[in-house]
This record gives sequence, structure tokens and C-alpha cells, in this order.
Amino acid sequence: MFHLQDITKIYRKRTQEVIAFRTDLLDIAKGEYVAVVGPSGSGKTTLLSLLGGMLSPDSGQVLFDGQSLYDLPLNDRTKLRRDRIGFVFQTFNLVPYLSALENVQIPLYLAGIAPVEQRDRAIALLEQVGLANRLDHKPCELSTGQQQRVALARTLANNPQLILADEPTGNLDPDSREAILSMFDGFIRDGRTIVMVTHDPAAAARAARRLRLIDGALSTSDPVRDAA
Amino acid sequence: MNLRTLVWRELSERPSAMLTSTLAILLGVTALVAIRHVTVFSEREVGQQLQSLGANVLVLPKAATLQDYYSADLTLQTLPESHVSSILLANLPGVERLSPKLCVAAKVGDRAVTLTGILPQSEFQAKAVWQSVSLFSNKHDGCKKAACGPKTYDGAPEALATERTIDQLKGNEAIIGADVAEFSKLKPGKSVEVLGESLQVLAVLPRTGTVDDGRVFAHLHTVQRMTNAGEVVNAIEVMGCCEDAAGGLVPSLTALLPDAKVVTISQVVSTQVGINRLMSQMSLFVLSILVIVGGASVASTISSNVRERRREVGTLMALGATPGLVTRMFLFKALALGLVGGVGGCALGLVVAMLLGSQWAGVTVTPLPDLLFIAVAAALAITTLAAYWPARSAARLDPCSCFSDV
Repeated sequence: MFHLQDITKIYRKRTQEVIAFRTDLLDIAKGEYVAVVGPSGSGKTTLLSLLGGMLSPDSGQVLFDGQSLYDLPLNDRTKLRRDRIGFVFQTFNLVPYLSALENVQIPLYLAGIAPVEQRDRAIALLEQVGLANRLDHKPCELSTGQQQRVALARTLANNPQLILADEPTGNLDPDSREAILSMFDGFIRDGRTIVMVTHDPAAAARAARRLRLIDGALSTSDPVRDAA
Repeated sequence: MNLRTLVWRELSERPSAMLTSTLAILLGVTALVAIRHVTVFSEREVGQQLQSLGANVLVLPKAATLQDYYSADLTLQTLPESHVSSILLANLPGVERLSPKLCVAAKVGDRAVTLTGILPQSEFQAKAVWQSVSLFSNKHDGCKKAACGPKTYDGAPEALATERTIDQLKGNEAIIGADVAEFSKLKPGKSVEVLGESLQVLAVLPRTGTVDDGRVFAHLHTVQRMTNAGEVVNAIEVMGCCEDAAGGLVPSLTALLPDAKVVTISQVVSTQVGINRLMSQMSLFVLSILVIVGGASVASTISSNVRERRREVGTLMALGATPGLVTRMFLFKALALGLVGGVGGCALGLVVAMLLGSQWAGVTVTPLPDLLFIAVAAALAITTLAAYWPARSAARLDPCSCFSDV
């Protein structure tokens, strides 16, 4: 699915330069469950942004299903993200003044789907994550676990094949965390690809492959696969 | 879900914030609409007054003031009636009609009225024939009468209220003002007792809202006889053929009648015209305030909204919102603020103009659709322009701002 070749991303502030991420080669196959771990500031979010088509590298190429992501015009990249990539955020990033139902409708609206169909599909997705009785609740009226489930329903709205998750269990209690990770397991069984940034060793352990980032460089790649 | 829902949900979530940010627009439009409405109707009123009075020139006694004339308080100052003949014989260019007046205090029943002697136009015709002069045929250079269309005079006695002259009036007839008719319950055909003499009511004038409502008009010579005033008048109104006639008539009349004061009607309304001009300039000032303060307020509101919604915008972009959609989202928000400010300001300004118009300028104000449309359009244009750059900056936000720092 992903092929990253000779990638370097540098952040510049005045005269200082910091290499946020670099790799000679990184492949992520379709259907893989990848956990990205590492200390704060090691480049995990940079990697996620590069994969999501939101941060162009200073050098190298990011190929997504054989297509150079950053050679696409901005609008085409946005459409690709809308149709094929789903995001899960640590703080859920729900729109606070919209109901759970309306939050799930957002990606469907952005995809140009008619309001009636938006509503039907959003209700089905919220039923799927066990929130059929919370359709009209605003995010502030939901628990953190429920908010993350609304966010997951929103992620699934356009049926993405790739899910990029940024600390998806970081703000959750153990029960909610387990519920979310179980859903992730289900996504993998459905054939989706997940790249998950996490500090949580237990969550990372659920992934089939782990990438360790230190100072922007991939230092370890998938001991499970290596062992195999 | 659509763009309107997305914007409306946010605005309705915080109505007080919306109201605050649109306050400058609302107040600006209110002031603009109120001032312009009052100004437009005041200008129309002045225009109608000038139109109805024509290019009138007043010939008054030296010591009299315009205030005396308009309050009909001229009983102590007089001019010889021979001045009327002098003007007639001079055949001054631009003169179309003359209306000498003699005003005296009188009573109808126990109510005070102004008995006003006037000379019907038929007597001028007779005088012209007798004196072998061509009556009012001398046009001035550049006369615009033809361009303005022929000035027609209604022969009905009620037309005295607007045309200042009357064609026929017998010595025993009277025309009474609306107030006089009301309190004395008099109608045409009845008799009115004035200064111990009975005059037949020829007509009742329509209400004008001026001192004419309290007048009893009678033949000039009848009034002179009843009051033993002799052959005198208090004022001579000179109707010009067009507005430009007045300028030339004043010096000619002043030279012809050195013992009289000659003034133009336009001088009477010059104060009101000045106020109108001031209010017109004031409305331009208010418009500039609306543009600067209202625009700055909206730009500031949208800018801070973009800063507040940075992560939200990043999230929408991550979910697939294009920069164009983000721009439209903030412009739509600004348009909503402009619409609320514009429509609210129009409604409020109209109420203010209607309530205070009569007190400010003595005019009745009704809505001017064109002005209201322009005010709303201006509010929308200002808010859209003011929000454009903040909206563009929102579209340029880094979508990575949707991520937490890890």
C-alpha cells in the first residue's frame, strides 16, 4: 500500500534545522496492522502526516498504491484522503457544536452524498459502534469512550481502506481502550490497513508490526516479522 | 449536513458572540438608514414646497421679517397697493402672476382668525386691458418654463391653497381655511361673520398644516374697506415662470421698489436645505464609519474565529475538506453576520426614522425599498470583503494541526 523511498522531513526555525523524520525505505503492505512507537518528539506524528498526504517531505517519494502522493495537486490529494483514508485522533477532534449524528455526517457531506443518505448511513454507523441511543447528543454530553466511538464511526463513514490513528487510546479508561482496540482488530479482519501511533505498550502489542522511532529515524522494524 | 448547517450550528451555539460581532454593522446600518430616510423625505418635502410655491418672490415692508409673513403677523407694516401696478407696468421679465395680500386680525365667533385680503387674477386682466399692457408676457433669458412644461393654474377656488392665487372672487365672498371651517362648522354656500360683516363662503381650502388653515380669505378691497386700512397691502407674492426667474427678479424689484424688502422663497427654506445637506454629508460619514468599524469588527471576529477553530479546520481538512470549502465556510459565516446586521439595522433604522422623522424634520417617513436594498447589500459586501483575508488564511492552515503533539 505504502512505499516510502529516501524520505527526509526537516523542520526549520530561524537558523536551526531539525530532522523530524528520515528513512531510506519503508513499505507498509495492504492489510497490515502497524504500531509506531517512540518517545515524544521522535517524529511519529510527522510520519502519520506524511502518510496522510498532509505534509510534503523535503526529499524522497511517498507512493500510495503506486501513485506518488505529493505529485498530486492539492485538491486531488484532499479527495484521495477523503475517499480512502480515515483518521482517529487522541482527543477525538469531534466538532463540539454538532451532534454525534452530524459529526458522523461530515465526511459523507464532504464526499458530496445527499443529506437523506448521509443521515441513514450515519445512523447505521453509530448503531455499529453501539451508540444508536446517542444520535442527538453533543460531544460534551458523551463519555470519552463514547466520543471515541463516535470518532470511529466518523472514520468509517467513507469506508476507508487505510486508518491512521494518532494515540487512539491515550485518553481512554481501560474498558473503553479495550473496546476500541477490539474494533481495530475487526477492521484488520475486514481487510483494512491500520497505522497507529501510540505510547501504550499494550496497544502496540496488538499490532502485527511495530516501528520504533528515535530522533526521526526508524531504529527498529517489526521484531515479530524479523523473528519470522 | 451541508455548509449552511455547519455554519448555522456554530453561530446558534454562541448567539451572544454573534450579536457582539455584528453590533457595529447593525448600528452603522441603523444610523445610515435612519439618516438617509429622514434626509430623503425632508428633501422631497422641501422640493414639493418649492415646486408648489414656484419661483416665488416676496415683496414685504422694509421692517417686516419672513417670520412675520409666515405667522401672518403683518398688521403693523404695510405697502402701498400702487406697488402692484408698478410691478405690472414694469412688465419685468419672468413675472407670471402677482398676489397682493393684506392680513388683519379678526374673529369668527369667539375664535381668532386672520382675515386676508387677496386680489383675484381677473382684476389683473382688467387692469392690463385698461392700462394697455401685455400681461405677464415678458420672458427672461434662458427661461426653463418650456422645459418644465407649461404651468397650469386650476380655476377652482380650493386651488388657492397650493397656487397662491385665485381667478375669481367677488367682494362679498370668502374662502375659509380648514381650521376655520372645522370650528365654525361652515360649508360652501353658508355665511361667515367677520368684523361685523357677512361674507358668503365660496370654498373651504384643504388642510395645509400652515397658517392658511386659520385664515379667512376675502377680496382685498373688501378687507381694505372693512378695516379702513386704505389702499395698502402687507405683502405682494410674485410668481415667476420658472426657478431661474427669481435670481433676476430680486434686483429688478429692489430697484423698482426701493422702499420695500424683496426676498425669495428659496431663502426661506435655505435653513432646511442646509440641514438636509448636512444630513447628507452625515450619512456619508456614517457609511465610512460602517465600512471602517464594521469591516474591522467582522475581520477581527473572523480572524479570531479562525484561530479558535484551528484544530477544527485541520480536522475538516484531514477528513477531506478542500481549501475552497474552508474559505466558503468562513465567508458564509461572515455573510450571515452581515445579513443579520444589515436586515436588523434596516429594521431598527426604519423604526427610528419613522418615530423621530416627524420630530427631526417634520416629515412622515415611509420605507424606501431601494435604500434598504442598498444598505443590506453594503453590509453584505463589507462583511464579505472584511472576511476574505481571514477566510483565505483559514484555507491555508496546516491540516497537521488536527493532531495532538506527541
